[in-house]
This record gives sequence, structure tokens and C-alpha cells, in this order.
Amino acid sequence: MKLIFERSTPGLSCEVLPPCDVEPYELKPEQRRGQELRLPEVTEGEISRHYTQLESQTFGVNSGYYPLGSCTMKYNPKINDEIAGLPGFSDIHPLQPAHTVQGCLEALHLAERLFCEITGMDNMTFQPAAGAHGELAGLIMIKKYHDSRQDEKRNKIIVPDTAHGTNPASATMAGFTSVSISSGSDGLVDLEALKAAAGEDTAGLMLTNPNTLGLFEKNIVEIAEIVHKAGGLLYYDGANLNPVMGIVRPGDTGFDIVHLNLHKTFSTPHGGGGPGAGPVGCKAFLSKFLPVPRVEEKDGKFYFASDYEDTMGSMKAFYGNFLIVLRALTYTLTLGRKGIPEAAKSAVLNANYMMKSLEDLFQVAFPGRCMHEFVLTAEPLKKKTGVSALDIAKSLLDHEMHPPTVYFPQIVHEALMIEPTDTESKQSIDEAVKVYRQLYEKACTDPEALHQAPVKTAVRRLDEVTAARKPILRYNFD
Amino acid sequence: MKVDKDIKYSKTHEWVKFLDDTTALIGLTDYAQEQLGDLVFINMPAEGDEVSCDTPFGDIESVKAVSDINSPVDGIVAEVNEEIAENPENINSDPYGSWIIKVSNITEICDLMDADSYERFCQEEA
Repeated sequence: MKLIFERSTPGLSCEVLPPCDVEPYELKPEQRRGQELRLPEVTEGEISRHYTQLESQTFGVNSGYYPLGSCTMKYNPKINDEIAGLPGFSDIHPLQPAHTVQGCLEALHLAERLFCEITGMDNMTFQPAAGAHGELAGLIMIKKYHDSRQDEKRNKIIVPDTAHGTNPASATMAGFTSVSISSGSDGLVDLEALKAAAGEDTAGLMLTNPNTLGLFEKNIVEIAEIVHKAGGLLYYDGANLNPVMGIVRPGDTGFDIVHLNLHKTFSTPHGGGGPGAGPVGCKAFLSKFLPVPRVEEKDGKFYFASDYEDTMGSMKAFYGNFLIVLRALTYTLTLGRKGIPEAAKSAVLNANYMMKSLEDLFQVAFPGRCMHEFVLTAEPLKKKTGVSALDIAKSLLDHEMHPPTVYFPQIVHEALMIEPTDTESKQSIDEAVKVYRQLYEKACTDPEALHQAPVKTAVRRLDEVTAARKPILRYNFD
Repeated sequence: MKVDKDIKYSKTHEWVKFLDDTTALIGLTDYAQEQLGDLVFINMPAEGDEVSCDTPFGDIESVKAVSDINSPVDGIVAEVNEEIAENPENINSDPYGSWIIKVSNITEICDLMDADSYERFCQEEA
């Protein structure tokens, strides 16, 4: 397809912006650009075609089955967008006086209470703009906590080897050194390795529970004890909250800080560079370190409060991406007290059903019951036929299915990490199983076909190596 | 999978070639590059940095994943292979000819394997 710059014809334009209703301000000559902006010159119709074509080349949860492991690609109910589009919520400005946006502040206050209830935390901020941003906020809180106790030698964050890559990255960003500990042969945190790593330099442990192998860390209470005894704090990476929401509260199992990925568990849109949210909750003894402003209530009136002496400051201008929080709140209220645990159970049931339907062909990396996701290894298939996890992933594209996460977690060779989520029907999972089984048969009889895949997509197999080594990141006008 | 008989190997798939008692070249094994796939980027330490046993001194990125490179010895980085920094794909084509760092002042050597034990170790892991 043509890039927007290639659609440009000099002299064409369109009026999509309303007329300016404030007095124009003339910039001083030294403030002006020396060069004209090279914007594409197109009609409104051409812009519309451009975006429709872009859309037709992407794949989302609305296009088809999307079991991308550890990403919880569940359906985003349309009612979320409907509520977020109400003028009282959308036609507001962050600098408006609090008394004119009481409903919005009340929504944030309610969201804080509900998400605290689900996670077992006492307070929560919605300021961080994404999951990893939330991780950074949570880790800065850990640092502030130790500093406030003059316990400044604690510079290590322990991270299991199944953790998402953001964990060690956030720990490093926050000024800690991350220490990786190996998982045991059962795929869970090795308690002996944890005991050996925990000590007087331990600032905390970051843990995803269930972990990225789809296994519940059943020793969580003992894990919490080891870390707390060593003087560290326990950080819950909320990436995999979906299968336990409304059933197990991280706060009850010993966690001190939690971040949530609203785009995973609470059905707000994923990625695309749009606004996100990575709320961070904590136990009461850490609340004073939370970022400001915070939403407070007094005598039925809601307001932003910033006068917390020990706060870590602000993570972002204003108070996070409100309409995303509102979508998550809508989802939570729609499902309600009964629906939230039911969704969690469906996620677990769907994953186990799909795993059982495939385990006679593909080897399950850690057999037994799984939670929201499971990891297959294509290693035996690769040895037998030469067909790799990547070949399977690429072949799925020809069947209008999004591939699972591949080559993660790294401790499983040729990993295929599958998370069906709670919003898939038995029918769509059966359909997917049929395709996976067909591909297995095809790999045995005609491996070359899988090496060549995809053949039906807009672009064939991409040269990922050249794309990574010599990326072209901007349009070349000349 | 290829092994070089004259060098030592770590459990995290680095190789060590001793130039003398306290100086060695360190690289990634053929098994490691095979598992990682096409390499696209390498994060190197600086000359003069201290490295220590079983502790990452850099990381390497392939089209699949980013992995730590651990040091098999305690010592000081004497030299970084700039050619590998520019062309990490050389590790794919010639893992044992592509050293990553040269370490001097080696005071401690981790638990290392000879070629035969390393070959067995990889077979068990696979």
C-alpha cells in the first residue's frame, strides 16, 4: 500500500479543523521554523482511504482469534466506549475547577475503591500511563520506603527467570540491580534459590502470579515470608491478574505493592501508541509515598490533593489517562461482584480445555493444570520435521488467526505460549484447535509449506534480521 | 552443534580461551547462537569494567529475545571487540572465531567444562 506521503499531491488540502476561535498569536521571528513543515497534502477522502487501508492490514481482537500469551487479548465491550464517550466525561479539561468535574472525580474515587478491593490494597494511583510506567512508580516507592528507614544498602531487586522483561528493566531504571533467580523443575520459584538470594541488600521481589508459564505460585505465602524476613517488599506484577481476579487477592497473599494492566485484565484497548494506564496500589504503610495528586473525598465533595510530604512526586502531568480508567471502571461495574470471578474462571477453563485438546500432539512444557495460559514446546516437532515455533506462528496467519507468543518464556525452547482468554467461546477454541492440529499434520508431511508461510497475507515473511539491523525509521523525502 | 576442543565452557554457554594464566578471550558458543537465532545487537561493557563469575557483563539481542552474557571469570575488561559490536551476526557464522571481550587480571575462574562435558551438558539440556 501507499504511504501517506506517497499519496500527497501539492496544492491539495482539506478542512478538518474547526475555525480558530481564539485570537491568533504572532510568534517572534526567532521562534519560527526556518523550514516549512513537510506535511502530506491530501483530501479528506484520501486520508480516510489511508486509514481504512492501514486498518485492513492490521489484526486485532475484532478481526479474529488472538491468543497472544501473557497479553490477555480479551474482547473490549462496546459499552466501555459508549460510557467514555459521554460528553460529561469527554468534554472536560484537566485545569477545570474541581467543583465543575465532581462526577469525573467521583468515578476515579470509585475506581480506586473497587480496584483496591480486587487486589487487596489500601490505596491506588491512576497516574502512571502504562504497565511499565506503573512498575517504575512502584519501585520508586520501594526505594522511598527503604530510604525513609535509613536502610540505604538495599539495592537489589530479585526477579524470577520467568518474569516479563519489563521487570528487570524497571528495576534498573529505578536505580536497583536486578538479580535473576532460576525456576525449579516444576516451573515455580525455587525457594532455596530465593533464600540464597534474599539478604540485607534485598530491596524487594517482583513476582507475576500466576507466572508466565501459566502456573500459580502455590508457595506464595512462604515466598512472602522469606522476602519480608530479609527486610524486602513484595511487588505484584498484575500482568496475569485475569485468572485470579475476584478469587485471590494479591494483598492477602503478602504483596505490598501491585500494578494493574488495565488493557489486559480490565478490557481497555491494547497498545497502538494510544493512551494507556498502569495503576499502582499499595498497602496503607506505603500510601504516603504514592505519586500526587491523589483524589480525596471530604463531606461528599471530591478534590485533588497534593500536600503529602513524603510523596515521590508526579509520574506524569495531571492525573493519568482518565477515559481509560473510566473504561476499566465500566467493565468492572458491568461484570459486578459475580461476573468478575466468573470471567477469571472462564479464562482458566478455556486455557485448560485448549491445552488438553492439543497435548497429544504438541508437548506441554509443564504438564498439569494451568491457569490462564499454557506453554507448548515445538522442540520435538522441530527435531522431527525441522518446523519451528516461528513456522507454526507464521502459518497461523494464513488461517486468519493471530499467532501465540513465541520464544517466551526463554526457559522453554521453541515456546508457544497460548492464552485463549475468557471471552472466547468453545466454538472458536475448537476452531483454533483444528487449525493447530492441521498444521502439525502438515509439518510432518510437507514441512516446506510451513517454512514458506505466510502466503495469503499482505506481506510474506518479513526480513526481521535486516529490519532490526538496518531499520528505516523515517520517510525519505529526497 | 560444534565445539572447539581447546577451550573451556560455562553452563550459561559462554566459551573462554586462555591466552596466558591471567588473560582470556570470552565469546558465545555455537549452541548459544543456534538457540538465540539471528543476532542483531550486542550491549558491551567498557574497557576497565570489572567482571565477575556468573554475573552479566552485557547482553545480546536476537530476533527472538534479549539474553544476558555472563562472565565465566573474575577480572577486568582489557579490550572489547569493536568488530563484533558492529557486526554481531559474525557470532552466528563463526562463534569460536568471534570473541566478545578480552579479560585481563583474572583472579578467579568459575566452574568450567571441557569440550566433551559441555557437549553432554547441551544434549541433556535439549
